[in-house]
Amino acid sequence: MPERVAKTGNDAAAYALKQINPDVVAAYPITPQTELMHKFAEYVADGDVDTEFVQVESEHSAMSAVVGASLAGARCCTATSSAGLALMWEILYVASGSRCPIVMPLVNRALSSPINIHCDHSDSMGARDSGWLQLYAENSQEAYDNVLQAVRIAEHPDVMLPTMATLDGFILSHTIEALEVNEDDVAKEFIGEYKRDYSLIDVENPSTFGPLALQNYYFEYKKQQIDAMDAARDVVLEVGREYGELTGRDYGFLDSYKCEDADVIMVGLGSTMGTAKEAADRVRSENGIAAGVLKVRCFRPFPASEIADALSGASAIGVMDRSVSFGLGGPLYHEVRSAMYGSQTPTADFIYGLGGRDIPLGDLKDIFVQLDEIRKEGKAEPDVRYVGLRE
Amino acid sequence: MPTTNLKELSEMPELLSGGHAACPGCGGPIAIRQALLAAQQDDSYVVTSSATGCMEVVTSIYPNSAWRVPFVHSAFENSASTISGAEAAYQSLKRQGKIKKNIKFIAFGGDGGTYDIGLQALSGALERGHDFTYICYDNEAYMNTGIQRSGATPMGAFTNTAQAGKVGYGKTQTKKDLTAICAAHGIPYVAQVSLHRSRDYLKKIQKAVNTEGPCFINVLSPCPRGWRCKPEDTIRLCELAVNTRVWPVYEIENGRLSISYKPSEKKQKPVRDWLETQGRFKHLFSPKNEHLIEKIQEDIDTRWNDLLRREACDQQN
Repeated sequence: MPERVAKTGNDAAAYALKQINPDVVAAYPITPQTELMHKFAEYVADGDVDTEFVQVESEHSAMSAVVGASLAGARCCTATSSAGLALMWEILYVASGSRCPIVMPLVNRALSSPINIHCDHSDSMGARDSGWLQLYAENSQEAYDNVLQAVRIAEHPDVMLPTMATLDGFILSHTIEALEVNEDDVAKEFIGEYKRDYSLIDVENPSTFGPLALQNYYFEYKKQQIDAMDAARDVVLEVGREYGELTGRDYGFLDSYKCEDADVIMVGLGSTMGTAKEAADRVRSENGIAAGVLKVRCFRPFPASEIADALSGASAIGVMDRSVSFGLGGPLYHEVRSAMYGSQTPTADFIYGLGGRDIPLGDLKDIFVQLDEIRKEGKAEPDVRYVGLRE
Repeated sequence: MPTTNLKELSEMPELLSGGHAACPGCGGPIAIRQALLAAQQDDSYVVTSSATGCMEVVTSIYPNSAWRVPFVHSAFENSASTISGAEAAYQSLKRQGKIKKNIKFIAFGGDGGTYDIGLQALSGALERGHDFTYICYDNEAYMNTGIQRSGATPMGAFTNTAQAGKVGYGKTQTKKDLTAICAAHGIPYVAQVSLHRSRDYLKKIQKAVNTEGPCFINVLSPCPRGWRCKPEDTIRLCELAVNTRVWPVYEIENGRLSISYKPSEKKQKPVRDWLETQGRFKHLFSPKNEHLIEKIQEDIDTRWNDLLRREACDQQN
């Protein structure tokens, strides 16, 4: 029987890592990811896992070591936040280009400068073109479920790409929530065995990994990577369905909340979407606004047509961005706009929560009120707005 | 028992094939080829990594590869951390009974990838105690990118970023002592080797790969392009580097240093003889720079005397 437990997001992700029992974990401490690795170190110390736990001297080496380990045929994981992900950046591309199905919980945190340890999505957004799949979690349950599913998705023979499962720093990583965890053998059976076709330690069939590919081959390499990311679409859905049959919790690209009859829809990522659902209920009853919430669970590969379908009935759309692409606006906003190409539905960008700035229920209700005004006016001016900002 | 007999080695299958794209006279492929032959003997297999650099570029131009042992290249600064991940995978899979072979891990890097950008990753891997050998082929500058100064470039050498001109005389700083830095990690085995002393090199490789824990070997690797020397002089230059004590050959085994070869008075040469053989030092012989040769000689004498003192001290204890 699955067990109902109380865990922080970090502990929930660490528990998933324990059940994955990776052959190799290489990691470096950074707030707010640290407690995830403290917990995992407990599992190592208690002999609960077979993992070779490599405590490297930097995140650059953490990612380099898991690339080396993955190519050697090991199932491997790491975890990081913020500057740690930024330091890995060069090797993120090596991991995806070398087709290493590494699984990495990413505990989202703002990037310097100024230095800040709290949640925003500027770290993972900076890596959105790195060839990694990205799954976002609303709560600790989803963080746990996503980490387990990430293994199956990443290692699928049609995919073989690294996957990050994100959880919002402090908001999820340090908050205790109730969640349901699978029994160890159920989790073990679900993720299955990892077998790599070519391995660095298959000494009788020596292969060369990471060669120099110039004008005559590099492009074909990259096209294979593009195709793998496209193939991941079916795999994300297939694994999400199978996980649903196993646990009763279905996963897809999106989580649509009361969007069917909604006039105004808020689109976003992560923990804020939980509060947004509550805000939608409130404005439905208090303000008579037909509000809905569209949570994007899978950001890479980007489910453009599914988003367009889900938003097709809305008369105003608000996109929530917890990061910014300087000189452009929010990255999610622009991707949603692109998905909606040709649509005349007025759409606004709400940039919020940078550096962990709180986003209370009242702010989200107010955004629905603004969206209702945009709906009535038929236009969103200005289209980029800032939430909870002191002027 | 692994052999260092050249005749026997010459009859073994090549592990780094010919046909790679290294320049004539390059020391790198000699260092790699001999290391692989020395290490992969009896029931041992070798798995290798390389930093970005000349040797990586010339040996693995897709769809070709000169490597007949498993090889991985990831990036410039992470040869040591990449191999430490592969070694960790091996330890884990071995413990789980999923692999039974006896594998030796060797990481290669040039001086840029080892003395400079890869130093942190190397230091971390040495400190963590992975069972691997790191071999630095030191050609004393960033040759792959077109001859720029590195932490390994000796004082007075011309590079494209430390030029000799009206006021400049090449690199103004002295060479970083990487071998000593590695030794300071307290690892079981550290050695400096020269390609002209082939059996000494092969023995040291075998000692390193058969020692449990991290080992470091530094090999001077002449670069005709960057040193402005003749390709056919590579091995002669290695000998001269040792006889001028520019590149002493020694080993530090479990903390005890011993100098592998001390040139006799007859063989010992002044550094001037070394500098004369290479175009990169040509400007040092102009009247305005000639005083530097004395300074370079002093530096070499100091380093050599330090080694002698350390050796004497280690022998007493």
